[in-house]
Amino acid sequence: MKINFILPEFEVIRDRDSCVSCRICERECSNGVHSFNEKKKIMTADQAKCVDCQRCVALCPTSALKIVKADCSFPSNGNWSEASIKEIYKQAETGGILLSSMGSPSCLPVYWDKILINASQVTNPSIDPLREPMETRVFLGKKPDKLKRDSDGKLKCELSPQLSLSMPVMFSAMSFGSISYNAHKALASASCELGIMYNTGEGGLHKDFYEYGKNTIVQVASGRFGVHEAYLEAGAAIEIKIGQGAKPGIGGHLPAKKISSEVSQTRMIPEGTEAISPAPHHDIYSIEDLRQLVFALKEATNYNKPVIVKVAAVHNIGAIASGIARSGADIIAIDGFRGGTGAAPTRIRDNVGIPVELALAAVDQRLRDEGIRHKVSIIAGGSIRNSSDVIKALALGADACYIGTAALIALGCHLCGNCQSGKCNWGIATQQPELVERLEPEWGKKRLVNLMNAWKNEIMEMMGGMGINSIEALIGNRQMLRGVGMTSKELEILGIAHAGE
Amino acid sequence: MLINAKGIDHKKLNDMLRGAGNDFIIEECLGQRFIAAGMSDKHIEINGIPGNALGAFLNGADIKVNGNAQDSVGDTMNSGSITICGNVGDAVGYAMRGGSIYVRGNAGYRAGIHMKEYRDRFPVIVIGGKAGSFLGEYQAGGIIIVLGLGVKDDNIVGNFPCTGMHGGKVFIRAAAGKIKFPRQVLSSPSGSEDMSIIEKYVSRFCEKFGYSPSAVMAHPFTTVYPDSANPYRQMYVSN
Repeated sequence: MKINFILPEFEVIRDRDSCVSCRICERECSNGVHSFNEKKKIMTADQAKCVDCQRCVALCPTSALKIVKADCSFPSNGNWSEASIKEIYKQAETGGILLSSMGSPSCLPVYWDKILINASQVTNPSIDPLREPMETRVFLGKKPDKLKRDSDGKLKCELSPQLSLSMPVMFSAMSFGSISYNAHKALASASCELGIMYNTGEGGLHKDFYEYGKNTIVQVASGRFGVHEAYLEAGAAIEIKIGQGAKPGIGGHLPAKKISSEVSQTRMIPEGTEAISPAPHHDIYSIEDLRQLVFALKEATNYNKPVIVKVAAVHNIGAIASGIARSGADIIAIDGFRGGTGAAPTRIRDNVGIPVELALAAVDQRLRDEGIRHKVSIIAGGSIRNSSDVIKALALGADACYIGTAALIALGCHLCGNCQSGKCNWGIATQQPELVERLEPEWGKKRLVNLMNAWKNEIMEMMGGMGINSIEALIGNRQMLRGVGMTSKELEILGIAHAGE
Repeated sequence: MLINAKGIDHKKLNDMLRGAGNDFIIEECLGQRFIAAGMSDKHIEINGIPGNALGAFLNGADIKVNGNAQDSVGDTMNSGSITICGNVGDAVGYAMRGGSIYVRGNAGYRAGIHMKEYRDRFPVIVIGGKAGSFLGEYQAGGIIIVLGLGVKDDNIVGNFPCTGMHGGKVFIRAAAGKIKFPRQVLSSPSGSEDMSIIEKYVSRFCEKFGYSPSAVMAHPFTTVYPDSANPYRQMYVSN
């Protein structure tokens, strides 16, 4: 008799009085939790299959369902958590490397929550954004060393190529393959309407999405999937992906079974073959080598597009960023250790990398100390959850933020963390046509536009409260931040004073 | 059109190449990088030594170098052809998806790394001399041929050839069994089907560089290919 070590994590509670056996829950669950018992004429549930994505709950017409955490538990132990015990059972059973998705859920400090924002009182009056001008536009790219004038005294206005954003938030890299066609379409069309950018990730650009090119950042990673001349020309900027916050130091592997016909065309590899992204770029072993790829891309696109270099937040990130700034890159993107992923080894996701708050502050300070901060813009990502996180990131030195998980939540994601299964009931992290069609791109676009507009209004209100009327005046303005409950070392790295100071 | 590249940097040189005309001869080339990056419809002959990343993201142009070339020739090349009459540096044809690269002399480390094929795109690298270590690393498609012409023994590829290979083929003009490959790839004496493929590209090589095809072909070849029954595989368990 088989021993089942892994107890069901969730319990499906069905109110028998309310349930009308319409079988919508059965139809909606790609994990096969619900079924109809013909003999007893009732709905039943196989709870072990439930991932708590809440799809059935959200669609039950009589609100008869709820999913709760199962109270069937192991003996409580302050050292051996239930998760640790379950992980050992799983590995003892299979010999496998633990694989997870979405960002790290571990209880490490979230520095955003220990930082508070200033507001004007008495002096330096606050501003009412409804009635007074408030500038949220930002430009990402190299800024000149100094103002230059021609012999007639007129300003010389030539600038390196810049990305113009209506607000300092963009959708971060999520490849077609890891997320669905409809999810990509929602992100692309929302970016267009909002005047911001979305990012292809390392999966190439679907032919239908070339029309969104002016709001697209195209990514070049170690596997070079889907990278060709027209792709590079299609985007508004090119991002070289060196690392990802959720899995610093390791490559990617989209298994053959996920390379559908559409994904194969976009990645430009045969259907049903493995798509392996090596951990490093094997032509980049130094800053000089990075410079070579940066300029190869600039030459191939005739210096018309800014080049972004994206790295995971790791130890010595200040020195790494300094090197990137000197490589000729226009923008540095730093991805913190809480950043999301379609699949990453659990141990790496939860133990490798550092919080983006500390990395961002260290990078901004290092570049200022070296007098090269103006040579690059900085994008911060890796779990930006709301508009106050954005404000805090900007004040710590970011020129803009990337959001991935927050955008997916707007599209219906419930953070069940099973992206790697490819069976996303919300039509986001899946390539199964019947699941993909559940996410209507126009509906998704509207929700993303709503989310960003709401954040933009909140950002303006908070800026107004600080007496600041442009994003440019907020970037790197650490006077606007105070810390609570942090050690002096943490405050020193963040470059902010303690509350009360 | 004749361009004298003496004292000209890569940006200006590429601007001239992007300008009017399709046929160019570059004289006195000395280390300018990124020549012809992303270009199509151009025929460029280079006298001298071009710098790194010659023909990066090449999209149909033809390039001939009457001399040596350096690192990263044909990076992520999509189509076109590059002919090097001397030696070439490291990482030639990184992630190339289509077109061909012919090298008369030797190639450095990591030749053909992560080459891949797609539909009618089929990348080919032919190396006349020896290849350095990590030849065909992560190869996913296309073919690499190493001829070892003028090399007395069979040691015509460096260490760790075909590490991570999961598609495509490598043909080595040497007897099977003398080269050590990873467990995930197989090697065997090239059969008649492979020999006809090799012959097709060897004859083009010989035409370009003035060798006798029959003399080059009169030698055993080894075919290296991924073992589909034993792929690189990491065992995962969903957590």
